[in-house]
Amino acid sequence: MTATTEINKIISKENLVYGKTSVLLDNEMHYCPGCTHGVIHKVIAEVIDEMGIQDKTIGVSPVGCSVLAYNYIDIDWQQAAHGRAPALATATSRLMPGKYVFTYQGDGDLASIGCAEIIHACNRGENIVVFFVNNAIYGMTGGQMAPTTLEGQVTATTPYGRDCKVTGFPMKITEMIAMLPGTRFVTRQSAETPGAVRKLKKAAQKAFENTRENKGLSFIEIVGTCSSGWKLSPVKSNEWMKENMFAYYPLGTLKDE
Amino acid sequence: MGDVRLMKGNEVIAEAAIRCGCDGYFGYPITPQSEIMETLMIRRPQEETGMVVLQAESEVAAINMVYGGASCGKKVMTSSSSPGISLKAEGITYLAGAELPALIVNIVRGGPGLGTIQPAQSDYFQAVKGGGHGDYKLIVLAPASVQEMNDFVDLSFKLAFKYLNPAMILSDGVIGQMMEKVELSDFKPRWTAEEIKKISGSWATIGKTADRERNISTSLDLDSAKQEIFNHKLQAKYRAMEENEVRFEKIACDDAEYLFVAYGSSARICQKAVEQAREKGIKVGLLRPITLFPYPTKAIQEMLKDVKGILSVEMSAGQMVEDVRLAVNGKVPVEHFGRYGGIIPTPEEVVEALEQKILGK
Amino acid sequence: MTEEIIIAGFGGQGVLSMGKILAYSGIMQNQEVSWMPSYGPEMRGGTANVTVILSDDRISSPVLKKFDTAIILNQQSMDKFVDEVKPGGTLLYDPNGITHHPERKDINIYRIPGAALAAELGNPQTFNMIIMGGFLKVKPIVLLENVKKGLEKSLPERHHKLIPLNIEAIQKGSDSVETVHTI
Ligand SMILES: Cc1ncc(C[n+]2csc(CCOP(=O)(O)OP(=O)(O)O)c2C)c(N)n1
Ligand code: SF4
Ligand SMILES: [Mg+2]
Repeated sequence: MTATTEINKIISKENLVYGKTSVLLDNEMHYCPGCTHGVIHKVIAEVIDEMGIQDKTIGVSPVGCSVLAYNYIDIDWQQAAHGRAPALATATSRLMPGKYVFTYQGDGDLASIGCAEIIHACNRGENIVVFFVNNAIYGMTGGQMAPTTLEGQVTATTPYGRDCKVTGFPMKITEMIAMLPGTRFVTRQSAETPGAVRKLKKAAQKAFENTRENKGLSFIEIVGTCSSGWKLSPVKSNEWMKENMFAYYPLGTLKDE
Repeated sequence: MGDVRLMKGNEVIAEAAIRCGCDGYFGYPITPQSEIMETLMIRRPQEETGMVVLQAESEVAAINMVYGGASCGKKVMTSSSSPGISLKAEGITYLAGAELPALIVNIVRGGPGLGTIQPAQSDYFQAVKGGGHGDYKLIVLAPASVQEMNDFVDLSFKLAFKYLNPAMILSDGVIGQMMEKVELSDFKPRWTAEEIKKISGSWATIGKTADRERNISTSLDLDSAKQEIFNHKLQAKYRAMEENEVRFEKIACDDAEYLFVAYGSSARICQKAVEQAREKGIKVGLLRPITLFPYPTKAIQEMLKDVKGILSVEMSAGQMVEDVRLAVNGKVPVEHFGRYGGIIPTPEEVVEALEQKILGK
Repeated sequence: MTEEIIIAGFGGQGVLSMGKILAYSGIMQNQEVSWMPSYGPEMRGGTANVTVILSDDRISSPVLKKFDTAIILNQQSMDKFVDEVKPGGTLLYDPNGITHHPERKDINIYRIPGAALAAELGNPQTFNMIIMGGFLKVKPIVLLENVKKGLEKSLPERHHKLIPLNIEAIQKGSDSVETVHTI
């Protein structure tokens, strides 16, 4: 037996324990090394695949580093103006009942410029899923302060650390959203370990199941890293996140009705 | 005779939307156009045709709901008045950039700023020259009667889908608040999912199936070379509109020595001014642009062999007059007469302005 | 035939709905019609006026400065519109609350005690139809049967029981109009 046939035998279908879902496209991702966006994309693509809803799912991408999410997940996409994704999703889900509609938004997109749109979509209980990627910074524009930036955190626009007396406080938008009667499932997850990714995937599944059952809005915050914006290595970023972000933004499910 | 009623222009917009098979309306209240959403809420089209009507949290949200609905190949619309249209400008340029069909109704009020709730035509530049950023154009229709409010809703959707471009109905409180006799259009059913697939399946985000690539509704291309090619495509589309879609009306122009150019409610006032001026022996006609983009440039140029002077009449400080001057290119005198800030000119004033500014009396 | 009318009075006198019924009556006899209210802050408690045009031809301007007929229901409106009646035109007014009566000699002037008659009928809401009756007596531009149809069209179904009372009011107005001056 030659070496290649040997390998082919080893990687034959019945031996495979894990493969890339075909819903995740082969396009090379533009994200920085260690960026959480890529992992979250993979999770969403897998859930869509496993639930068999590729032809019924419509994603709405934000303005932010994940603006090009449509290059990576093989479904129909709408690309929204900065912060407005929940408005697009509102109309899409109302006009196309039976579809699975989700938005994918960063903290600048969702908690700052699009604060009104997300609050009202949640308050109306739109039958959609929201993935909210909180990396405590504006990644795309070069690392400026976001509403979720922690006290003392250095960013391009808080070069001496965020001074809450001047710039307000890190915003716990997920806690605010959990208070709204329109939301059904509100949870805060992360994606830095295989265990965390598995939990995130469970949450995503539950969220899309809620859509299927017409239960209303499911909101999943993912606390993530932005090594470029934070100016830390991927490994250091994870450490910093666990130490600082998880302390202020505790993981767990806030609401499940 | 069909369904003849006495209705306000604003109410007719709502009724015409239901009847032409509109799928969704998204709006935010502002005077003098709130009757559009109010009428829809009273009519409950959700029960009759399945049309979705939603009061959004802001004009910004409303236009982005339109973007979402339009992305699905649906006939969707919004309406507002001047300050609200300024807020929608962002969404409008995104619609144009993503080549999405939609209807935006602007029942103009006087500005700038919060201005007045009285009628004006001071949003001409915003509607025709831009409003939002980037090289884009809207198809702009200017109804001059309640009947045209009815007719132009369906027409706007037809043009919007023909060119995959947002269309605007530019009107004001005169036409919006006035009641006239109107023959309503017959009911057309909303498009089925099958029909949408046939009409817009090549681009609409209706769910990716195995037989095609994914559809993406976007205005983004970070590659400048591709972005330039895309802009060429947009410009070619606008040239095609100029070639095929110019609409205008001529009144008493056959023997005219002078000409009024006016659109919408000003055109109605000028129609009376034509009658009054002719009683005084002044041979004046009226050219009424119906499409403001594409503009009836050629129609004005064709009048130049006969007319000795043109008065452009608008409820603004002089916006459309620039397009008249571009068309005329210095061949005959062109003057502007306008009242603004919510003041509606009387026919008598218009005749007086003609006498003073063009006849030199 | 083209008839350009201004109806002006206080908000709450039924000025706008009288205009609407008149316009609907015009439609019932196949005419072109327009109804152009003044709107905005003026609507709230202050004066209300509406321009109504009925015509056999296409209507040009719905906004006018001069009128064939002015129907005037308070002093403010009298001050504003008395000089805007075209020479040879018609002015009809309710003397209730009028302190400066019109003195023009080049127009026809009629009076109708609408407020007093409505009180007699025991229903202040019949006021505008009494005025309408007076107007149609001096300017019979629409037939009574078409007004009846106009009422049916413009009143919601649940108010149709009020149509006979409205017709009675029109009749009363028609019988009670007084000539002040004709040319
Ligand atoms: C109206 C508007 N304002 C500003 C911008 C510039 N801009 C692009 S992305 C961004 C911030 C994105 O931050 P976030 O949502 O946190 O996403 P991240 O890149 O961190 O994933 C800003 C301000 C824009 N595109 N549009
Ligand atoms: S800048 Fe930050 S958020 Fe953007 S790709 Fe890089 S790591 Fe990810
Ligand atoms: Mg961010």
